[in-house]
Amino acid sequence: MTALVDEQRLEESPTGDYELPKIKPHTTSEIKAHLRTAKTLWCPGCSNGTITRALVDAILGLELDPEKVVVVAGIGCSGRVSAYLDYSTVHTAHGRALAVATGVKAADPSLHVIVAMGDGDSSAIGGNHLIHAARRNIDLTALVFNNSIYGMTGGQMSPTTHLGDKSTTSVYGNVEAAFDLCELAHAAGATYVARGTSWAYQQLVNVIAGGLAHKGFSMVEAMAICPVYYGRFNLTSDPAEFLRSQKKHAVPASKFDEGGSRVRDRYPVGLLHHTERNEFVASLAKVNEKAQEASRG
Amino acid sequence: MAAIAVLLQGNEAVAEGAIAAGARFFAGYPITPSTEIAEVLAKRLPQVGGTFIQMEDEIASIAAVCGASLAGKKALTATSGPGFSLMQEMIGFAAMAQIPCVIVDVMRGGPSTGLPTEPSQGDVMQARWGTHGEHSVIALVPSGVMECYTLTVEAFNLSEQYRTPVIILSDALIGHMREAVVLPAPGALRIAERGEPDCEPDEYDTVTSTLDNILPRPPLGSPFRVHVTGLVYNRRSGAPETGDPAAAADLGRYLREKIYHHRDAIVRVEETEMEDAEIAIFAYGSVARSAMAVVRSARAQGVPVGMVRPITLWPFPTAAVDRMAEQVRTVIVPEMNIKQMSWEVQAAVAGRAKVVDHGRIDGKLITPTEIKELVKAQFPYHRWEEA
Repeated sequence: MTALVDEQRLEESPTGDYELPKIKPHTTSEIKAHLRTAKTLWCPGCSNGTITRALVDAILGLELDPEKVVVVAGIGCSGRVSAYLDYSTVHTAHGRALAVATGVKAADPSLHVIVAMGDGDSSAIGGNHLIHAARRNIDLTALVFNNSIYGMTGGQMSPTTHLGDKSTTSVYGNVEAAFDLCELAHAAGATYVARGTSWAYQQLVNVIAGGLAHKGFSMVEAMAICPVYYGRFNLTSDPAEFLRSQKKHAVPASKFDEGGSRVRDRYPVGLLHHTERNEFVASLAKVNEKAQEASRG
Repeated sequence: MAAIAVLLQGNEAVAEGAIAAGARFFAGYPITPSTEIAEVLAKRLPQVGGTFIQMEDEIASIAAVCGASLAGKKALTATSGPGFSLMQEMIGFAAMAQIPCVIVDVMRGGPSTGLPTEPSQGDVMQARWGTHGEHSVIALVPSGVMECYTLTVEAFNLSEQYRTPVIILSDALIGHMREAVVLPAPGALRIAERGEPDCEPDEYDTVTSTLDNILPRPPLGSPFRVHVTGLVYNRRSGAPETGDPAAAADLGRYLREKIYHHRDAIVRVEETEMEDAEIAIFAYGSVARSAMAVVRSARAQGVPVGMVRPITLWPFPTAAVDRMAEQVRTVIVPEMNIKQMSWEVQAAVAGRAKVVDHGRIDGKLITPTEIKELVKAQFPYHRWEEA
């Protein structure tokens, strides 16, 4: 596919052999030490708790200083993660998390800024911010909780709801094609793109850790399950059965045939893209050196 | 050292004022007639170790400004009508989450794309009520290039002191006008710095701001590990609390009262020739320049006309309008919109004087001649000498 940043890409050093960090899982009490509360408003059977735990596992595994971790979240089920995690946290407006996070990171480059968003949050109302954060290659880690539906508002279709799927606003079947968020981020210039599932916990932890360790814009798409809305309308309302379906649908990136159709029944998982190119905030620092030199000179 | 006058444009003065105020972050999107503010800061901020980012739109711009402010930087954005409309969402977030920041709206004719290069005062009510829900704002209106500089400094001071977004309502005329100004020497203007909470991180949840003691929020990435949210939250802990009507009412009233409680300290009004005035002109921004010319020429003929010029438009200068209403028989309100502030003046005057509105929405400045005609009508027995 054609990248939007062809010229810059020529200068990139592709590192196909990039090795993901291998994180040893932590105990529940170690995880809980990073939570403000273990009580959530998520429905029974929701996988957001699993994804949240995977994020904390990755942070612990990389030994990031919790005081330097900032989680910026959008609005929706996933956005609530900001209130549960015991870091500096910002629960922004719907779709705006990446734009707020851009200001946070540029103002204090020493921070590890993680951006938690849902699928509608990141690719509908916040889609413009997603492609531009990727284009800038700003050192943020976008963690997208993709459950293919608007859960908080009660099950409306989102840009990742697949063709034909039912929701309360696609009653007769969705007539719109779904975004492949990973390909979207890659095309826009993201330098680290990975996908994990709530079924394969260890892989999810590792791809999140890989994103956190990467210098540049990283996006991790965490395939979430929403048995209450998406599942009930389209697949199954049984969380266990829904999770097992992820095992069937997720294909390791190395074995995924590029020609295959990216429908909900089959998608590549693991590290999908990794390259290195100039990081935005580091480039801004160079701009400042240049400007100060010129004004002295 | 002799003070040297420099020839500056209103927009340039805003940019220099921001740097003098200690602003070190700007995010914006090009839009006429505010673009020079971005252009000057794109050059100047890197020189002083600051950050300039051109964002993908105005929503992203104000969002990035909120983020930078939360991370500890003084931050601003600048825009005009269409961009100001887009920013309302995050101005509400900044008001709700109590994030100090400055938004410069260089007003142009609207609605929609409207008159991109012509001045207007059509955003004065949007500045007050543009974002949804109960909140309070501070809005300042410069009348000249020097005020573009000093009010930008003032805007940052107020935003830090009251932890609130502050809006500067400039317009296409003020923004693009050039005047010779002598900028204050460094240190001559008061600069409010953001403090730090006077407690340990584990005590932070136990201290609460009061109307008379608005505590600073520690920056993101500090041991305080703050939570910032646009949801209704508990004012003590900062935790979301949407299920408790008492918490919602407490926060809502606090957000409103923290500004109104300090109205006397915040509001600045310039009163000219008001001691014995029978007629007052209530004018702000660029229109006040025309009104001032009328006051001068009327006074030269012994006609008792004065002017009340709000420098702070929001909160509304109630005390000054009260004084005016008790004294004059007529208040003339010329503005480059239709009745936006004159309604407000009429409500405050409450029948004590006649309120005459005069609106213009063709993108042209209200001239002294137009205002003079309105004044003349109030003095039917005076024989006017024509200049």
